[in-house]
Amino acid sequence: MVSVDEYGEFETAWCPGCGNFQILKALKQALAGLGLKPHQVLVCSGIGQAAKTPHYLKCNAFNGLHGRSLPPATGAKLANKNLAVVVTSGDGCNYGEGGNHFLAAVRRNINITLLAHDNQIYGLTKGQASPTTLKGQKTKAQPFGAPSDAFNPVAVAVAMHAGFVARGFSGNVDHLADLIQQGIQHEGFSLIDISQPCVSFNKVNTFGWYKERCKPLPEDYDPTDWGTAMNTAMQFGETIPQGVIYKNDRPAFGSNIPAMQGEPLARRNPDLSVLAEILEEYA
Amino acid sequence: MSDTSVNIVIGGEAGQGLVTVGDFLSKALVRAGYEIVVSQDYMSRVRGGHNTYAIRTSPDPVLAPKDEIDILVALNAETVSLHSDALSERAVVLADESVSFESKRRLKVPFKELIPKTIFENTAALGILAQLLCLEKTWFHRLIEETFSKKGKEIVQQNIDVFEGAFAWSQENDVSFECIAPATRTEKRLRLHGNEAIALGALAAGVNFCSFYPMTPSTSIALNLIAKGERMGLVAEQAEDEIAAVNMALGASFAGACVLVPTSGGGFALMTEGVSLAGMTETPVVFALAMRPGPATGLPTRTAQSDLNLVLYAGHGDFVRAIFTPGDIEECFYLTWKAVDLAERVQSPMFILTDQFLADSYRAVAPFDLDSLADVTKPDLSEEPDSNYMRYAMTKNGVSPRKLPGFGEFLVIADSDEHTQDGHITEDLAVAVDMADKRMRKMDILKEVIVPPTLDGDDIPELLLVCFGSTKGAALEAASMLREAGGKVAVIHFSQVYPLDSAHFLDVFESADRVVFVEGNVTGQFADLVRKETGFEADDRILRYDGLPFTAAYIIDRLEATR
Repeated sequence: MVSVDEYGEFETAWCPGCGNFQILKALKQALAGLGLKPHQVLVCSGIGQAAKTPHYLKCNAFNGLHGRSLPPATGAKLANKNLAVVVTSGDGCNYGEGGNHFLAAVRRNINITLLAHDNQIYGLTKGQASPTTLKGQKTKAQPFGAPSDAFNPVAVAVAMHAGFVARGFSGNVDHLADLIQQGIQHEGFSLIDISQPCVSFNKVNTFGWYKERCKPLPEDYDPTDWGTAMNTAMQFGETIPQGVIYKNDRPAFGSNIPAMQGEPLARRNPDLSVLAEILEEYA
Repeated sequence: MSDTSVNIVIGGEAGQGLVTVGDFLSKALVRAGYEIVVSQDYMSRVRGGHNTYAIRTSPDPVLAPKDEIDILVALNAETVSLHSDALSERAVVLADESVSFESKRRLKVPFKELIPKTIFENTAALGILAQLLCLEKTWFHRLIEETFSKKGKEIVQQNIDVFEGAFAWSQENDVSFECIAPATRTEKRLRLHGNEAIALGALAAGVNFCSFYPMTPSTSIALNLIAKGERMGLVAEQAEDEIAAVNMALGASFAGACVLVPTSGGGFALMTEGVSLAGMTETPVVFALAMRPGPATGLPTRTAQSDLNLVLYAGHGDFVRAIFTPGDIEECFYLTWKAVDLAERVQSPMFILTDQFLADSYRAVAPFDLDSLADVTKPDLSEEPDSNYMRYAMTKNGVSPRKLPGFGEFLVIADSDEHTQDGHITEDLAVAVDMADKRMRKMDILKEVIVPPTLDGDDIPELLLVCFGSTKGAALEAASMLREAGGKVAVIHFSQVYPLDSAHFLDVFESADRVVFVEGNVTGQFADLVRKETGFEADDRILRYDGLPFTAAYIIDRLEATR
């Protein structure tokens, strides 16, 4: 048994009432619930308020660059598949700056879990539109309203047959913790897009706004039905369906690559007798 | 040094198989005991255009490509028109009889008669080349067998028949090309180009992870790592872009992989944020950058030495690095090994800076001495629980003990923000100063292990040629020719351009009457670096930036022009 307390308690730089607190709580619950010890977990992040999460959690961490949370996580998982690798970062980081990495992670189906703290705004830089800000929402940087259509990460992930796609809400910690657990257990790439209020800079998508809309999926929902999943993923308005929207059993990245099997790369020493044989091929 | 070399240039459209002819011939020459320098000139297209594969060969060491052509194999008419001005006095031109070109020293090859199908044209050309050079036919028979045996005995026999037929035809149509002097070497050597040697050096050092985005002329480093590395447990991934490639490598390195990232200037430009991240997170990573002319997309398939400044200053903020600039194949191998070791030891990014010419230039080299290689520095793999472990612990030399996440009951935390010793984000400005100082202290280690430049030629020279990287061979040959003409000439070659130790070279510079930097860029980037580091001002700079490699003749012409 691993207790939630093992994941520590830290002072944060988050605003009081920020959705990040609940996401952090759910993450701790999920990790402890899975019986993972802090040293077995690696949390990678980019830059932004959400990306500070690994600093508020006892765990291994790689807090890298803005938008670049997924590539180091991918590299770390390739180097040591025994690590439980989780990525925590915001909507700007994952879907804006890191959009190409998001698409590639889905395509690769690398066995990591992405928690996208999606508050539909840039928080750390104080309130500019993000890729998921709804069209027309006014900000200081977009005084005439966000000019572009909002990116729908869940629909994109489902469209590309991502291994595991879920929507969560920071206001429902137990449900979110369960989604995170399932995501980590899933062998392949897992996206958990988490609606969360930004109390300081998003006056539209408030806690109340989400609470009114975030509704659990029906009990008989079949997440393996791609067509239904696609329809469900497109719902982001009066209702925002919550739960595992889509999943499949695509083999995880590397399962067909011989060099990916076996022990972590750190334990592999170059066999110079093999290299000597390789050199012969150039004679 | 009398020139015993024969310069063979095979030209034609991409897709016509000129590389096949060149590869066969250069491999046969190396096996037969000859020295070679291959230079490949190709256009940025998959088919068509005009490409050449040049082999300069001799029983004696050859150092650089040559401008004058002794045997021109023209697979199309364009080759003849483009290169006829470069033919030497004894030159022979081989071209199909349909190509109109008048010369006494021309072999009008009836390719259609000599071959059953177009695909055998390469084999026919080889038969004629073997006869002209007076090479033992057995070298070619063996290569044909090795290459085509997978396709069946019949294909092997057809190729041997074509080879023999062309050889016999060439004997009957003798143009009296003087045979190449007999080879004297008997020991086994390898035929390698620069990128292959870099890949092999990386494998020797224990590189077991490569993330990359394909970009000419660096791609073959990754391809060789992939082709040869699997047997050594190497994991490779073609990333979605260069930014992902470097960040993926850093994540892998953080988790214990030994990593190499191959790229070229334009790709490296995108990677610079990752270079800075490696500096801040103190994550070992080696970049192998094969230069081509810029700016921007430049001349994608040609050579240059114009990315020195980019690599020197890549990444925002202050952190330490070393830059190696191999001048030949052996240096590509051993310096890559060294760069990997240094990256692991100092926990900072290290660089191999090469270029298209060396990347694609085959040479004959002695098998690398694998027994001489020490063990590369490794992270601390002990799994003892350590609740006090701090990734960025303060140390005297700036290097903190490196443990890996998941290898024991301790936590490893890396941060791109300024951080405390345990890796957590901080805005304590005193800590920031301490951390910056810690990272910079690692420079002392780098300064202790600088590869000194090599000096070749007369002491107290009238003329000192200064070069780095692949210009080495051409500079050495130019100096040798000038010495034969009575000059007192020396060459100083830098296979490490940063950091520099003026004690290694300033005396030599000051002893020479005239110091000339020879570089493949527009401004003299290395001369500027030397001036910045030492205050020494070069007398002249010979700069080539037309996309082609230096030759001795080019350097000598320009020396006279700048005098």
